Amino acid sequence: MTAETSDLPFPGLRGVPTSEEPQNRKDYTSDQEVRWCPGCGDYAVLAAVQGFLPELGLKRENIVFVSGIGCSSRFPYYLDTYGMHSIHGRAPAIATGVATAREDLSVWVVTGDGDALSIGGNHLIHALRRNVNLKILLFNNRIYGLTKGQYSPTSEVGKVTKSTPMGSLDQPFNPVSLALGAEASFVARTVDSDRKHLTEVLRAAAAHRGSALVEIYQNCPIFNDGAFDALKGAKSDQGGSGAANAIIPLVHGEPIRFGTPGEDGLPGKGVVRDPQTGGVRVVEVSADNADSVLVHDAHASDPTTAFALSRLTDAGYLHQAPVGIFRQVDRTTYDDAAREQVRLAAETLDDPRTALDQLLHGSDTWSVD
Amino acid sequence: MTTKQVKQLDRVIIRFAGDSGDGMQLTGDRFTQETASFGNDLSTLPNFPAEIRAPQGTLPGVSSFQVHFADHDILTPGDAPDVLVAMNPAALRANLGDLPKGATVIVDTADFTKRNLAKAGYDADPLAEDSTVLADYHVHPVDLTQMTVESVKEFGLSRKDASRAKNMFALGLLSWMYGRPTEGTVGFLQRRFAKVPDIRDANVAAFKAGWFFGETTEAFAVQYEVKPAVMPAGTYRNITGNLALSYGLVAGGVQSGLPIFLGSYPITPASDILHELSKHKRFGVTTLQAEDEIAGIGAALGASFAGSLGVTTTSGPGVALKSETIGLAVMTELPLVVVDVQRGGPSTGLPTKTEQADLLQAMFGRNGEAPVPIVAPQSPSDCFEAAVEAVRIAVTYRTPVMLLSDGYLANGSEPWRIPDLDELPTVDPAFATVPDDGSEFLPYSRDEETLARPWAIPGTPGLEHRIGGLEKADGSGNISYDPANHDLMVRTRAAKVERIAASLPPLEVDDPSGEAKVLVLGWGSTFGPIGAAIRQVRRAGHEVAQVHLRHLNPFPRDLGEILQRYDRVLVPEMNLGQLALLVRARYLVDAVGFNQVNGMPIKAADLADAIMNLIEETTR
Repeated sequence: MTAETSDLPFPGLRGVPTSEEPQNRKDYTSDQEVRWCPGCGDYAVLAAVQGFLPELGLKRENIVFVSGIGCSSRFPYYLDTYGMHSIHGRAPAIATGVATAREDLSVWVVTGDGDALSIGGNHLIHALRRNVNLKILLFNNRIYGLTKGQYSPTSEVGKVTKSTPMGSLDQPFNPVSLALGAEASFVARTVDSDRKHLTEVLRAAAAHRGSALVEIYQNCPIFNDGAFDALKGAKSDQGGSGAANAIIPLVHGEPIRFGTPGEDGLPGKGVVRDPQTGGVRVVEVSADNADSVLVHDAHASDPTTAFALSRLTDAGYLHQAPVGIFRQVDRTTYDDAAREQVRLAAETLDDPRTALDQLLHGSDTWSVD
Repeated sequence: MTTKQVKQLDRVIIRFAGDSGDGMQLTGDRFTQETASFGNDLSTLPNFPAEIRAPQGTLPGVSSFQVHFADHDILTPGDAPDVLVAMNPAALRANLGDLPKGATVIVDTADFTKRNLAKAGYDADPLAEDSTVLADYHVHPVDLTQMTVESVKEFGLSRKDASRAKNMFALGLLSWMYGRPTEGTVGFLQRRFAKVPDIRDANVAAFKAGWFFGETTEAFAVQYEVKPAVMPAGTYRNITGNLALSYGLVAGGVQSGLPIFLGSYPITPASDILHELSKHKRFGVTTLQAEDEIAGIGAALGASFAGSLGVTTTSGPGVALKSETIGLAVMTELPLVVVDVQRGGPSTGLPTKTEQADLLQAMFGRNGEAPVPIVAPQSPSDCFEAAVEAVRIAVTYRTPVMLLSDGYLANGSEPWRIPDLDELPTVDPAFATVPDDGSEFLPYSRDEETLARPWAIPGTPGLEHRIGGLEKADGSGNISYDPANHDLMVRTRAAKVERIAASLPPLEVDDPSGEAKVLVLGWGSTFGPIGAAIRQVRRAGHEVAQVHLRHLNPFPRDLGEILQRYDRVLVPEMNLGQLALLVRARYLVDAVGFNQVNGMPIKAADLADAIMNLIEETTR
């Protein structure tokens, strides 16, 4: 798989000073002991991020990671940057303040499916709507880990957990659909176990100016082990035939094809428009219909097709899911615009104390001798 | 033109009352501005329903504005109006009970129809000759509406549009009665309605017609004069609490050199601070209207982490939502100003009415031991200095600070002697820098004097660190579950807030003879009524002392000793005894409360009675 990347210099990092010293992953490794469970997918993401940040070449002190509460939200402690491990669900709001206050910071949010989509759902959609220059890494393990195994807002209906002994009743969120519904300007999905794809998506997210939502399928070996096995090729006996038939790779400008190779030696399945529903569907590709396979356009200003693609994700046990960058469009960012208003207004200010004195006096005063 | 008698008065209380849509707030505001520029001392009390347009002509829809002005310094908007201007039957009925016998009532008779009388709950017309409802008052029934319509005929407006200017007619009449200057109002109307010349001219014409009506009609035989008050030298303006508070925050930004970041969600009666600060971006003020109260304070705290001064503005229900983030600010020890413009509670309560019932929420409304300094302004103009003080404490001590205003202070106004900027404290953010002795940077080390931790902002090389809501190890700030460390950190956070007391000036004890046995201890907006009540008691020849607290947490260091000096301590509050609870617990003083929770400021006369009773007890 390959994800598309933008050319350097990344607009997403405009204003953030770069380091003249070469960096390596050790520079980004804090002195804190990592305390996730053995086999947790979070380790893979941490390794990918620590491996990827040196490549950006930013001044380390100009990077800020903000997280909420949950297993994934311990992430900032393990990175030797500035960081805040905040409170449940509020990281996008807090990060909005950080990003708006300072143009020279690269601001990242680390969150999970419970943190971002349940208790913090409101902040997530509003950060995306505003298009604040934040990179949001949403670790989706489809379970509550830190509270020991209750169902999450991305768990499948019928999930048997400690709090749902007869099966959960809630329809899950599809985080990509939700983000697209909020008109996020960058929406992608990747998988913890695919280091290369994960890194490429992170790179594209960093390059993007505006809110970038990256859903990372992340395995919880303790409370929801195997949730993404179909995508990793391990459970091909469960209705699929390995990762090739489960992952629908989205690459801008490429026909959307996947699955074991067909007659033409190319992946045997493809995504076509469905004139009946207005959505998209998966078909077996043949010589007759090969031309109708949808060519992925991540830059389409209308998010409708991206949304349709997001619906190819299974809501129940995961057998099939598109992975890659669903959407990447240019849109004014909140923080740039907010700073511009302040900058424009400040042009009229010569001396703050004189201006303050004038403000306090206003237009209607009288004097007493 | 008849020659009118001019009568001298030392003080007058006027209340304008009408339907929510009648423009009574604007009328009162204009009268206030005229009065301010004339040089009287004044104090105002707007009072309006939470509904934007409650059903027309009904009692819940009545909106009023009371202004008290005098030739001497005054402290409150007054207990009872001398003059009521009632624009409809509901306004008359809703306000009549507050009038003392002999008060003047000016009534617009246009709406005294059967239907509107019924809406106001009148079975019979109180203006009818056989009615006794108004027997105790000097009543001036005037068809203000009809006269307004007549006076603006030339502008070709519909009757409905024409009659809308009746508030300006009433203002003109009252302006004549009390010899108010008119240029300001004419100028105001010309600016306000510059884009709609018909409406502009109609309002100016109605205003002038009201003035001429007073001058020519025989119905009003007396014109009153209230001479300018003697006030300390200086330049003055009239100002509301919310405006003064906004300016205080801007000033705090200028004095500290920090950009202000306001994260806020609209809520009555605090929204005007958001509106006001939004106008002052040129001072480096960023305002974010967040998706909710929690996001408002979250963004503010994030901005503080990044090196701005985070501010959030709200009222009690919003504080409830923000409490978890205030706890995070306590734990992360970052500067943050939380403005609570208190209103009637609990829950949604009385959004447009005043109350002081959030003191204990400010003090204790968080999980765990989460001490937060509390600062309270005592009058509308004092909101300025209180805000500057809140900024000083937040930045110096790296802590969230609660600034407790209230609905009365927010919307009430008074003359303000504009301070010289040199009188304001300067605040040094003192951002952390790399230790020059090569030692390790410790984000949770302490300043010896203030116990504040270093404020190390992103972008500072070598100071990369992580903070958060989990307990911090002393010094390093790393996560720590160590029992002894937790105990130490809980005590350290408490001690840091207690240290603020060392920076406070001694309390001012107002006890002229030093002979008083009763002390009245207050905080916040009760300052005016307490001061007025104390004057009444002293005029009656009795001794009483007064102390008013600006700092509710920590208490000033001399408070305990002062309380011990008096036989009795009376604590008047617009709650059921929250400060009283705190001082009783802290100082083992048998303080008694004077408590009123009716959404309105305490009346000075009621409080004076309570003080007298207590004085009598001490002399028995």
